[in-house]
Amino acid sequence: MTEAEDDAARRQRRFVQHFMRGVPHNAQLGIAYRGSGENWAELELPFAPHLLADPDYGVMASGPIFALMDTASGMSVFITRKAFEPHATLDLRVDYLRSPRPEATVIGRAECYRMTRQIAFVRGIAHDGDPADPIANVAGTFMFTAPSAPGMFAAAAKAPA
Amino acid sequence: MTAAGFADALRSGTAGPLDMLPYGRLLALSFARDAGGVHLLMPYADALIGSPGRLHGGSIAGLMELAGMACVITAQPAGEPLPRIRPITITVDFMREGAARDTYAAGTVSKLGRRVVNVRTTAWQADRAKPIAAANINFLIDWP
Repeated sequence: MTEAEDDAARRQRRFVQHFMRGVPHNAQLGIAYRGSGENWAELELPFAPHLLADPDYGVMASGPIFALMDTASGMSVFITRKAFEPHATLDLRVDYLRSPRPEATVIGRAECYRMTRQIAFVRGIAHDGDPADPIANVAGTFMFTAPSAPGMFAAAAKAPA
Repeated sequence: MTAAGFADALRSGTAGPLDMLPYGRLLALSFARDAGGVHLLMPYADALIGSPGRLHGGSIAGLMELAGMACVITAQPAGEPLPRIRPITITVDFMREGAARDTYAAGTVSKLGRRVVNVRTTAWQADRAKPIAAANINFLIDWP
């Protein structure tokens, strides 16, 4: 990676991190940005005692993992659409494959693998260090709530980062 | 999972906070018995917001998962040791915007098996007949 690219990546990271902190429930859970690409986003949920469902067994509640994956999925749609335009989660399915290791940071990665005029289709996984050994598998659909004006998408895509 | 305290509260009281669960305390959840069973309340708080003016889908799903869990606990035979109850799959349909106000959720058992319990939950705000979200949750039951 060249120094200029490194700088751009850092700037983008700071911008998205700032955006994420502005979402109150993400801030409450501690969800943070890790990275993104053409059609994917990766977030993390660091361990915190208030995320536990069962303190006796150190078991994390599944709600925060759902929130992490909903957020990562939504962000992958924003990124693929190249615009922070409104959308709504139509449905989201999470399969809980296993419990995270005690006190592990949970990483959530989602990709928008298909986008139509009205709907974005997303899939993703959550893991605690090894993507080949996931904690959860996710599939979801998002609906665009305000249709983009013709040409708006292309304009957004061309806009400088 | 299933903190024993959660089950004790559901079995012995008619209403109360879910402050024995750290995540329940975070969302300030409480439960209450009604004619149909048990429902949970998630009082509105600014920290529950996702996009401006709307509840985060994750907070609604988290509420529905615990409402489903409460429903599975109350369906277990009284007087027996409680099994370990874990959600295995959850499918959530978001049907209406979650407004910045109090939210309720309750579940009904579709099938009570010994190893798997299938539950349908809904979440609503002002009008129970107009749910903001619904979820199918399948719980795996491990007996001690």
